[in-house]
Amino acid sequence: MPEAVSSMAGAEFSGAVDIREDGLQGMVTLRGDLGDAKVAGAVKAAVGLAMPKARQIKKGKNGGVAWMSPDEVLLLCDHAGADALVAKLDKALVGVHHLAVNVSDARAMFTLTGTGVREVIAKGAPADLSPAGLPIGEIRRSRIGQIAAAFWLSEAETLHLVCFRSVGAHMFRWLENAAAADTLPGVL
Amino acid sequence: MLILTCPNCGIAADETDLAPGGEAHITRHGPEASDDEFEGYLFHKRNPKGVHFERWRHAFGCGKWFHAARDTATLEVFGTYPAQTLEPPKALQALIRKKRPDWEGFQK
Ligand SMILES: [Zn+2]
Repeated sequence: MPEAVSSMAGAEFSGAVDIREDGLQGMVTLRGDLGDAKVAGAVKAAVGLAMPKARQIKKGKNGGVAWMSPDEVLLLCDHAGADALVAKLDKALVGVHHLAVNVSDARAMFTLTGTGVREVIAKGAPADLSPAGLPIGEIRRSRIGQIAAAFWLSEAETLHLVCFRSVGAHMFRWLENAAAADTLPGVL
Repeated sequence: MLILTCPNCGIAADETDLAPGGEAHITRHGPEASDDEFEGYLFHKRNPKGVHFERWRHAFGCGKWFHAARDTATLEVFGTYPAQTLEPPKALQALIRKKRPDWEGFQK
């Protein structure tokens, strides 16, 4: 089997904020009735976390779970464990209308760290990036420039971003440009 | 700039996060429909100056459809409501009547 390689192979950039492509990250999309106890149970068994509320993202020891829409969650796990996680979900949800897919290699993921991470994203997203508009632990799906993205903060100065792998290189270049040194006058 | 609150995810979404779906609450007649009925469904839109009901999709967000009521002349947004309904909620209709006393009322 060929060796898996992430979108930007762990590329890094340091400017007004630091940017890192996260490398291989396991991601599983699960669609179904999120209010169904069996679906919630399958998520709990898969990553050890309760079903998130609207716009919520949770991280635990065995992965994470993010609310993507009224009938979709994104599960985060080890890259090598994604197929097993899908199998586990499918087994737990036999007879329950659902869809579980390993989308790990269809996505690119980035981490931004620094004082101005909210401002960098605000340059290209029509979203409220203030701490009130996007509290820590809440995920926002929107766009960066012209491309769809989802982003959230895990700490005050740590922002995570997911987009389609096909535009991963474009996203990295966009972020580099938006985070060029001395381009956040009010912040740094 | 138009900002609509998506009732599916609660986000106050910018127009550029949304995809327009045209006039809401129009009837697509069944398989035995006449040419005139199909023409009406496709082309004969109300296009009012004033109170209007529309379909929008939170395209870059949760991806779901919803309804919005707004004034096409002033861009005032009266409210948004779920896609799974055949007419605007009574409370929203009452609010619009209060704000626009000369509105002719919701028509199918
Ligand atoms: Zn939405």
